Amino acid sequence: MHPLAKTLSALVLLFAAHAALADEVQVAVAANFTTPMQRIAAEFEKDTGHKAQLSFGATGKFYAQIKNGAPFQVLLSADDETPAKLVGEGLAVQGSRFTYAIGKLVLWSAKPGYVDDKGEVLKKGQFHKLALANPKLAPYGAAAMEVLGKLGVLGAVQPKFVLGENIAQTWQFVGTGNAELGFVALSQVMKDGKLVSGSAWIVPASLHTPIRQDAVILANGKGNAAAESLMKYLKGDKAKAIIKGYGYDL
Amino acid sequence: MLDSPDLAAIWLTLRLATVTTVLLLLMGTPIAWWLARTRSGWKGPVAAVVALPIVLPPTVIGFYLLVAMGPNGPVGQFTQALGLGLLPFTFAGLVVASVFYSLPFVVQPLQNAFEAVGERPLEAAATLRASPLDAFFSVALPLARPGYLTATVLGFAHTVGEFGVVLMIGGNIPGQTRVVSVQIYDHVEAMEYAQAHGLAAAMVAFSFLVLLGLYAFNPTGRQR
Repeated sequence: MHPLAKTLSALVLLFAAHAALADEVQVAVAANFTTPMQRIAAEFEKDTGHKAQLSFGATGKFYAQIKNGAPFQVLLSADDETPAKLVGEGLAVQGSRFTYAIGKLVLWSAKPGYVDDKGEVLKKGQFHKLALANPKLAPYGAAAMEVLGKLGVLGAVQPKFVLGENIAQTWQFVGTGNAELGFVALSQVMKDGKLVSGSAWIVPASLHTPIRQDAVILANGKGNAAAESLMKYLKGDKAKAIIKGYGYDL
Repeated sequence: MLDSPDLAAIWLTLRLATVTTVLLLLMGTPIAWWLARTRSGWKGPVAAVVALPIVLPPTVIGFYLLVAMGPNGPVGQFTQALGLGLLPFTFAGLVVASVFYSLPFVVQPLQNAFEAVGERPLEAAATLRASPLDAFFSVALPLARPGYLTATVLGFAHTVGEFGVVLMIGGNIPGQTRVVSVQIYDHVEAMEYAQAHGLAAAMVAFSFLVLLGLYAFNPTGRQR
């Protein structure tokens, strides 16, 4: 046997063996849940031996992809409507849906002392760019629109909008200082219960519809042991502690 | 079929591509001329820098532009010192990005054209006492015309087809930075497939016609 052929067959065997040992689950994760989920997935792999393959993006995009046959088995949505819609359309498993986190919206600036703790900075309007996630595609963007409407400043600040394709890109616009401030998810600027950098106003929940983030097993993941195990793991204490540490309600 | 935000995106895209192409022809001509005629050791490095956008993914270009043009980046500090403010999320910012992004598509055809002109016509012009500048405008430029056609078409079309860079530094502002490719992306993501189809089909038709025109007028791409 040629040495190259030997190496190749050894590799094939290795991959085949690996696939047989542990189950794998493909998870579509809303962008705001990126960091917490990376930590949870690492713990999940350690504790259960299953492997979670994570993809991050806008919930709206995942919905379109799932409708068109994307291979995801679990969706961790940024809202509760998308999972419900998927169940209704037969694309997700009935009864598997539950709220894994309640998102908190925050008005954040990379500059310390720029955002006051009442959000008055929005009314003063002395900024050039206000970043938010595209409200058409991202629940955090829609929530930000509601807040601006309730504060009565929507008309005044709309010309200053810059829209991120998802909440991660929105953070990037503010994080690089290109927009002075923006509405992002608290989980993106908080770690272990503390603001990581800059200044922020945690928007009171009364100013927008609660951002209930639901998880659901997709039709593709029906009967997949790793998918079911992950759902159970998300409800467990270990995962909950991580989720809370990033500022989510539960 | 196309509603007014779609038309606004088309108009913006055409404006962006036109401004970018004009700037690129002005900037690209001296660069291409120099590259075609120099024997300097800098030829390799300069040609490599010009060609970078062909190889680099738009995410790299977009990321570095966002950081460089931001308030803490060198370009951002420069534009702020000039009182121009910051470039990301503005039409001017997109022009700067597009000029860089489409640079090789203009410089390379021009360089090929100038190389094809060669030394002899210019030497002949010199013996007729034409100044170098005169020789360039009355001899080299007309001879390089097919190269200019290719450069214009490719520079324009490539800018129209830009997506990743605009997505990363544009901020999706209607009439400012929401170009056709971004508008299509929004439609697709929001499952508005009918509208996405309208714009996407227009884009395919446009690109095909542009390239068809290019190959019809410039059959082999060979210079005289």
